[in-house]
Amino acid sequence: MSHLLDRLNFLQSNKLEKFANGHGQVTNEDRGWEDTYRNRWRHDKIVRSTHGVNCTGSCSWKIYVKSGIVTWETQQTDYPRTRPDLPNHEPRGCARGASYSWYLYSANRVKNPLVRGRLMKLWREMRKTKTPIEAWTAIQSDPILRSSYTSKRGSGGFVRATWDEATEITAAANAYTAKTYGPDRIFGFSPIPAMSMVSYAAGSRYLSLMGGVCMSFYDWYCDLPPASPMTWGEQTDVPESADWYNSSYLLLWGSNVPQTRTPDAHFYTEVRYKGTKSAVICPDYSEASKFADVWLNVKQGTDAALGMAFGHVILREFHIDRQAEYFEDYCRKYSDMPMLVRLDENGDSLVPGRFLRANDLDGSLGEDNNPEWKTVAFDEESGGLVSPNGAIGYRWGEKGDWNLEERADGKEARLKMSFILDDDHDEVCGVDFPYFGGAATEAFTTGDKRPDILTRNVPVKRVKTADGEVLVATVFDLFCANYGLDRGLGGDWVATSYDEDVPGTPKWAEKITGVPADKIIHVAREFADTAEKTQGKAMIIIGAAMNHWYHMDMNYRGVINMLVMCGCVGQSGGGWAHYVGQEKLRPQTGWQPLAFALDWGRPPRHMNSTSAWYAHSDQWRYETLEAGEILSPTAPEGDWDISLIDYNIRAERMGWLPSAPQLKTNPLEVAKAAKKAKKDIPAYVAEKLKSGELEMACEDPDDPANWPRNLFVWRSNLLGSSGKGHEYFLKHLLGTDHGVMGRDLGEEGRALPKEAKWHEKGPEGKLDLLVTIDFRMSTTAVYADIVLPTASWYEKDDMNTSDMHPFIHPLQAAVDPAYESKSDFEIFKAIAKKVQEVAPEILGKETDIVALPLLHDMPAEIAQDQVRDWKKGECDLIPGKTAPAYVAVERDYTAIYDRFTALGPLMDTLGNGGKGITWNTQEEVDNLAALNGVKLDGAAEGRPRIETAIDACEVILMLAPETNGNVAVKAWEALGENTGREHAHLAEGEHHQKIRFHDIAAQPRKIISSPTWSGIESEKVSYNAGYTNVHELIPWRTLTGRQQLYQDHLWMRAFGEGFMSYRPPVDLKTITPEVQDAGDSLILNFITPHQKWGIHSTYSDNLLMLTLNRGGPVIWISENDAKSAGIVDNDWVELYNVNGALTARAVVSQRMKDGTTFMYHAQEKIVNTPGSEKTGKRGGIHNSVTRAVLKPTHMIGGYAQQSYGFNYYGTVGCNRDEFVVVRKMNKVDWLDREVSEKEAAK
Amino acid sequence: MFPNLDINFVIFGVMPYVALTVFLVGSVARYERDPFTWKSSSSQLLRRKQLILGSVLFHVGILTVFFGHLAGLFTPVWVLDALGIPYALKQWMAVLIGGPAGFAAFIGASMLLHRRLSDPRIRVTSSYPDIIIMVLIWIQLAVGLLTITQTLQHMDGAEMVLFMNWSQSIVTWNINAWTTVVDVHWLYKLHIFLGLLIAMLFPFTRLVHMLSGLVAPFRYLFRSGYQIVRSRRRAPLARRGRNAATASQAHQRKTSDTQPAE
Repeated sequence: MSHLLDRLNFLQSNKLEKFANGHGQVTNEDRGWEDTYRNRWRHDKIVRSTHGVNCTGSCSWKIYVKSGIVTWETQQTDYPRTRPDLPNHEPRGCARGASYSWYLYSANRVKNPLVRGRLMKLWREMRKTKTPIEAWTAIQSDPILRSSYTSKRGSGGFVRATWDEATEITAAANAYTAKTYGPDRIFGFSPIPAMSMVSYAAGSRYLSLMGGVCMSFYDWYCDLPPASPMTWGEQTDVPESADWYNSSYLLLWGSNVPQTRTPDAHFYTEVRYKGTKSAVICPDYSEASKFADVWLNVKQGTDAALGMAFGHVILREFHIDRQAEYFEDYCRKYSDMPMLVRLDENGDSLVPGRFLRANDLDGSLGEDNNPEWKTVAFDEESGGLVSPNGAIGYRWGEKGDWNLEERADGKEARLKMSFILDDDHDEVCGVDFPYFGGAATEAFTTGDKRPDILTRNVPVKRVKTADGEVLVATVFDLFCANYGLDRGLGGDWVATSYDEDVPGTPKWAEKITGVPADKIIHVAREFADTAEKTQGKAMIIIGAAMNHWYHMDMNYRGVINMLVMCGCVGQSGGGWAHYVGQEKLRPQTGWQPLAFALDWGRPPRHMNSTSAWYAHSDQWRYETLEAGEILSPTAPEGDWDISLIDYNIRAERMGWLPSAPQLKTNPLEVAKAAKKAKKDIPAYVAEKLKSGELEMACEDPDDPANWPRNLFVWRSNLLGSSGKGHEYFLKHLLGTDHGVMGRDLGEEGRALPKEAKWHEKGPEGKLDLLVTIDFRMSTTAVYADIVLPTASWYEKDDMNTSDMHPFIHPLQAAVDPAYESKSDFEIFKAIAKKVQEVAPEILGKETDIVALPLLHDMPAEIAQDQVRDWKKGECDLIPGKTAPAYVAVERDYTAIYDRFTALGPLMDTLGNGGKGITWNTQEEVDNLAALNGVKLDGAAEGRPRIETAIDACEVILMLAPETNGNVAVKAWEALGENTGREHAHLAEGEHHQKIRFHDIAAQPRKIISSPTWSGIESEKVSYNAGYTNVHELIPWRTLTGRQQLYQDHLWMRAFGEGFMSYRPPVDLKTITPEVQDAGDSLILNFITPHQKWGIHSTYSDNLLMLTLNRGGPVIWISENDAKSAGIVDNDWVELYNVNGALTARAVVSQRMKDGTTFMYHAQEKIVNTPGSEKTGKRGGIHNSVTRAVLKPTHMIGGYAQQSYGFNYYGTVGCNRDEFVVVRKMNKVDWLDREVSEKEAAK
Repeated sequence: MFPNLDINFVIFGVMPYVALTVFLVGSVARYERDPFTWKSSSSQLLRRKQLILGSVLFHVGILTVFFGHLAGLFTPVWVLDALGIPYALKQWMAVLIGGPAGFAAFIGASMLLHRRLSDPRIRVTSSYPDIIIMVLIWIQLAVGLLTITQTLQHMDGAEMVLFMNWSQSIVTWNINAWTTVVDVHWLYKLHIFLGLLIAMLFPFTRLVHMLSGLVAPFRYLFRSGYQIVRSRRRAPLARRGRNAATASQAHQRKTSDTQPAE
């Protein structure tokens, strides 16, 4: 009762009861204090939730709630058990996730809707007399009023607003923009839907109903490895982490598993107890390096050279000197190695050209359907040329032969891999291969003086074609020559011994990579030997370190080549495990209709962000990388000397890449004009484009008509994390204070783009309105005009999946959203409602025109077997064939909310599908109507309701084959029609399985096998990519239908990437004499790996994580480099180049390799970041010293696997080729003084 | 309001009661409401250097001085008379014992104060009360040592008796107690004032750990038997080796088969 009185026990007997012969006694002191500790861990309830956005760990967590407050979280341990021979999935979780609850009640939480003060003042003033639309119009049409708030972005000055006001401004701005410029000027950016998919879908559904643009993220983050779609026609499909346990040899290449895949790392630990060997390739002594049996500390950026040497050894020992039966068999069936390639004359030499196609031959080998898309090989059975099953030509326009059976034209066929035997080839010819090793920049040069063209001998055959005799070779024979292997044919640039210094050999690679040749040989031999003995159970885990380079394709294709040579892809425990921002939205086909409002209108507007931000943050105006620097010396004749943005414009014009904005004219107006002219919309647009009356917006990104006007950023920190060229964003897109120090092409007097229109002065402040939706005051929120407070991950209902494990599990509201926050679903619902209120003043039912690129997995993917530009008169403009398709889509701006909250009728009439197959889904729609109820009134009367986030979850779960067995069976049957094979057995037993939201709330559920993915969920094998291709004989979605190691598109050949080779990092020329201060001599390669103290920028401002590191931004440098610049550990340093400057503390470590600096990416500049001496502004984020740079080969479209898909193919935002000046700071200025009166007045 | 209020009355007549009340009520309240803040808040984990010597000097000195004051001030004068202890002798004892002890405490306090203010980690983890009370004690020690200079000027012990009378009058509710010390040197007055101030601040500082000395688990020193270790062991030690292979069976045995926990 009273602590004091209880202690006053001096008069009590102190006689204690004894036992155990006096050895024990029972004490009677007060134990009340123990309750304090019991209460500390006592709680009212535990709710299952997880961490949404960007962390692919996707661990299920217990959220503890006490007195209505989230107190802490611990890991869930109830993942369903998978198999007896596999360790448990749990423990999953890491220190970052365990610190999340700090955010909920932290000072950094956004608590109310916030509006930039100056904007709020204007708005309230205008709203006294004007309607919302009029008010926004008035602000936008006065340049002084507009810039009064846009120029102050990032300078604080937010005021509280009500939800009503904040949504009203947003809705009015959106409606005004749609009416004035076109709905395709409303942009929205949000990453990786797999983690909190409904929150993503809420925004994208709203945007899609409006006709707005959903921006891609995977490519922009440079996490998309374009080598994957090039080789497999697949975005990225990888083994789940449990499959590491099935591996017998694990090669970690630029992946830091314990640090960045913490919850999965236990499988890596466990498998080593099974005897699996592990080699780690990594420049620094990383956490993963400590796991290694062999550590290869390669020089950063030279991995492709190492890959070539590995391949050289494997080919020599397992394919040439001895033919490993398993490898040969695998490569013949599952790779393009037997396919024939035409050798083109280029001057007086030969270069590898296009694949030989059926239509090249007389009578097209009897193929009438798509003969130009059917590749040809030599059949040993018949002794003649055949068109084997599975090529992409078999996928469209016919059914039954699109499979990997060893058949051609209905007969058995055994394809010939090589013409090496004397009887098999007609002659041996010298074939030219480009060599880029001599073109290395100063930091990477080895003094290589070899020519840039290496001519090597290849066995060839003569083939009669429709237009005369041509020379052909197999991919395998060219492939071996490319790896510099002497196969007894002699000639130059090939080696018989590993000790020869010839491009491709371990000796050659040693000079470039710094890895001793004997180590290279050792690892290559062990890897292949293990793969042969285990039939492919050798795996390469690969990460951002490899993929973020300009020539990432070369790194990746080097790895992929190794895996294919060794028959590892598609085998459990083997293959390519790329874990970089990869999204695995497992119930994808159920989610897409919800997310992109496919139930109300198709197609949605998708845009590849890299090209869009490159254009709209005007980074192209500073482009110093010229096409000539990356062009192959063997490039065919052509108009290649144009700037990178020109390539992008051509790609958009030919329908390869999407556009946003699309046309210079408002598409709503174009549709009206077409209607007035009584013309079909595609024909009308084609006619006007040809006449020049309509222009594509991409040709003039700086014209005010072509600016993006409104931008939503939700679930994302675009400006504080992923925005390559951060300072250019600030300067041109936002129009505020920035740190750009370089001059644009005009000022520099460099060659200007030929296709993009040049304006003397780059525009500043393109955006009218930036709306950031976040739970914390991130860098992006700081720069926004409106910040809307969203529910944290413990305050909303949603769903999560990952490729690291096969489960689907929920986010749930453990408590209601704190303060005035709302979930993303409720926020976009509220905006939709407001639009429905204010838009009818200027918008009603409208016809919109969506420009649709030639999409992968659609018939348009075989639109262009030749590169022809209609604008240059090389062909006619045929929408959907030689240019984007122009599709009319009906919008109803008076019913945005009604449509948002109901499942639309197109699901009934058009069905559902994905990846090239469709199925009827009426049953599921009916079930949803019964489950969710139907709308009783409004424009969506009678349709199934989607009023709550849980309703939205049920839509996804009901429609997706992964969570509804009935749909899975339908989907497999639909695929079976295409392949002519029976696949439904993969889901047969799951027919009645239906996963609901409350099922996953009880326990994470394992999903059902579906043809959306290339692996299966089974009790026998772990999920592994390519499994169904190998075991079900479903073709890869490539030109040849096989894993394609040779890329024959004109642009691939022109840029020297038909085959994989080593290409040194490019020269971005960002350290100019003008920018470099005298005395600053330390120049380092700027590397931005994933960190230990955050998931991108999340947690980097979290007190708990800051406490575990140095409490603010840091960079790492080696002891030698630090010494040379007089830097000691924990000094403040500044890093700069023409792109901008950043400030951080230096961590000086032996772990680092000389010549590089690490800045773990996305450390928020809102925490402990002083001013830069160089720019006079606050030090930036890691992206302050980077700038996006495009690669033309990523723009290719309409060409089988090289066709656009959202987040699937397209330009990527690489950033590792960057160099910075590093110097110690003289004065650390926090810029924390009060503004003087004079400044305030200004 | 009280134009004729004598400041001496406020400090030496009223303040003692206020101080004692705050001390008692404050301490009890803190012990009841916030028992987990009842601690000495040692900074030993942050830096051991300079603490040990300073702390020992300070504590030994201050305890001696404290109990010296207690005994000196509250021993009734008639007890001295009855025992035949001359006042001068008692004063000499006070100076000879209290002087060195006070000096040791002052040195210790100086070291602790320096350490508290100069070590950045300790400085940053110190609360305001931590620093205020340390400074006050340091001043109080200095003032106390300075009073010795006055004491040495009248060695008859008469003044000492004044203070004994004053303190004993206070605890015997004599309203005129204050008048006994009206004419003493200002250093003594300052010393008393600071003493009362420290007593008032006592409940709000780390000084409360002094009281824990009174309720420390002294009984532990005189405990019988051995420290108790709880165990889940079911089978007695001697049989464990033999039954290692069938440990799980041992768990299933009836309780009659097992010994009580050790």
